[in-house]
Amino acid sequence: MTVRSLLLAGLTLAISQTSFADTTLEQVKARGSLNCGVSTGLPGFSSPDSKGRWSGIDVDICRSMAAASLGDATKVKFIPLTAKERFTALQSGEIDVLSRNTTWTITRDTSLGLNFAGVNYYDGQGFMVNKNLGVKSALELSGASVCIQAGTTTELNLADYFRLNNMKYTAITFDTSDQTVKGYESGRCDVLTSDQSQLYALRIRLKRPGNAVVLPEIISKEPLGPVVRQGDDQWLNIARWSLFAMINAEELGLTKNNAESQKNSKNPAVKRFMNAAGVSPALGLKTDWAYQIVKQVGNYGEVFERTVGAGSPLKISRGVNRLWSDGGIQYAPPLR
Amino acid sequence: MKWWRDARVRGIIWQVVLFLAVVWFGWSIYDNTITNLESRGITTGFRFLNEEAGFAILQTLIPFDESYTFGRTFLVGLLNTLLVSFIGVICATLLGFLVGIARLSSNWLVQKLASVYIEIFRNIPLLLQIFFWYFAVLQALPGPRQSMSLGEVFFLNVRGLYLPSIIQNPGFGWVWIALAVGLVAGYFYKRHANKVQNDTGKQLPGVRVWIAAALGLPAIALVMTGMPFDWEIAKLQGFNFQGGITIIPELGALALALTVYTATYIAEIVRSGIQAVDKGQTEAASALGLHNWQILRLVVIPQAMRVIIPPLSSQYMNLIKNSSLATAIGYPDLVSVFAGTTLNQTGQAVEIIFMTMGVYLTTSLIVSVLMNMYNRKVALVER
Repeated sequence: MTVRSLLLAGLTLAISQTSFADTTLEQVKARGSLNCGVSTGLPGFSSPDSKGRWSGIDVDICRSMAAASLGDATKVKFIPLTAKERFTALQSGEIDVLSRNTTWTITRDTSLGLNFAGVNYYDGQGFMVNKNLGVKSALELSGASVCIQAGTTTELNLADYFRLNNMKYTAITFDTSDQTVKGYESGRCDVLTSDQSQLYALRIRLKRPGNAVVLPEIISKEPLGPVVRQGDDQWLNIARWSLFAMINAEELGLTKNNAESQKNSKNPAVKRFMNAAGVSPALGLKTDWAYQIVKQVGNYGEVFERTVGAGSPLKISRGVNRLWSDGGIQYAPPLR
Repeated sequence: MKWWRDARVRGIIWQVVLFLAVVWFGWSIYDNTITNLESRGITTGFRFLNEEAGFAILQTLIPFDESYTFGRTFLVGLLNTLLVSFIGVICATLLGFLVGIARLSSNWLVQKLASVYIEIFRNIPLLLQIFFWYFAVLQALPGPRQSMSLGEVFFLNVRGLYLPSIIQNPGFGWVWIALAVGLVAGYFYKRHANKVQNDTGKQLPGVRVWIAAALGLPAIALVMTGMPFDWEIAKLQGFNFQGGITIIPELGALALALTVYTATYIAEIVRSGIQAVDKGQTEAASALGLHNWQILRLVVIPQAMRVIIPPLSSQYMNLIKNSSLATAIGYPDLVSVFAGTTLNQTGQAVEIIFMTMGVYLTTSLIVSVLMNMYNRKVALVER
């Protein structure tokens, strides 16, 4: 009898095929929460506090998407992922959106079945060394041991940079940023390389942050932003326009505090913002989705200041991440 | 009798049906995977193996730099896995036998020490032990500029253990030839000694002569050819020591943890094997006038091996599979380099995981076959 039951089991397994009819938005609504893939803990970008509440600029992307799609910014389930795990988690549907300081590259955009929704932080790769070494420039680093996090664009840029400048190095690759910092602190390597923003974030976790200097060279472009699965245009648009709504809100002067009072503004651009679904019914969101984002999460500038900027322990200056109107390159297409 | 009532015919039919079902099941999984990957816009296939890797690896046994391909990273990772597994298997076997025998010692202190060692290291998860050796012990070593040194030749610091390497000058080939001659000559002498003992009962010093020949002949060759080699000693240049041979701490920590952990299990296997040999064997050997070491080596261990070998092969396979925990401390093994970095750079999860599983399956099967061959050799031959 076992043979027959085995056969039957095999048959059912072979015939049954998973259906992908539901759109991501429908799945999120049915579940009542958004599954958001974040880093395993990077101050300023995504890290949990002692109560397990996540915060950071990447976390706020997910909160704004939850505010837009569910009307409640708190309905997000955060799933910490290492650099190695992140794409598979998104491809397999474990998460709805990956918001984890991920660099937008052509390989990732075209061959992984993924789409990048936009850029929430313009970054570049830098180096951090111990002050005692007396190194002033990255060009003096020939022969150094370098700690890197495995499976990142960082690893490739580093190889390119040292090859280009005819310098040698020893790569010591760790799985998580925690281990990378430990390796750097114990002296296993001379240099820690990563995106500059991360270097600042990792530096405040050192025992003696004052002993570490970040070298001036930036050796790459690292546009970081949220990623969704390919093939669901509606969801891609929601991710993209949630970010754009935050940037547009800053441009329009809408903030967490004045959003309420601006609801009946005479300014036509603000009017459109407050009734964003009127200009974008195909998104499948509630009338006031853009308003909910500003009301519950804040505009891009506010988020930047409190997570990585002046109002945070990281104290990173806005730099190129200023709005285009302030001389930066953050630029969102208009809501109209 | 109707043919469908024949048990043999029905048996064959069921076998064929089951075989077809299994093939169909396998094929539909494959087809489903490929179709789904393609419909989601994920690239499939093994073309990525020929693309340039573009990243560096900490320890490579074969030439490798950023310009080599992802196929090469697979080889580099595989060799690193085999290296640490090989070191682990050899050291764990030696330590395991030693501790296993010590645990049965009549010396109270030796016996208790062995027990305490086994109980402690067998009951702590391997991953914690790897972290312990790497982060608590090896990472506490001084930096390169404050290295500990032995005669300014050997250096030990947080970056690893630096040994001098031998540079072979012309003429060094004679030393290798002498070594080969010594080993072969020793082998034939040992056979001769065994034959003499079988025929006459007289014991000739077999193994000792063998060792003397294998070491002595190369030494003579060295002197005769006028020491045709130089030492290259590691030197502190810039940030790090350069030259010589470097044993990286990641390898040290992983090999140490695997050895110390697996040796506890091997020790218990050895103990049970020895205890499985009837006490009468020891008493009989003792009555023949053999002393303790001879009893152990000639009477007890050969019989214990029959009990020891099967569980020992499982421990070897466990050790090889456990070496994949390397990824926790950045030792560049197969899982870390190939199923980690390469997977992330290419995104070819299905292909890469498939290849990685294939490697562990193959090595385990090879170990199993070799150990079974040995097992058949030592098994009780019944006449």
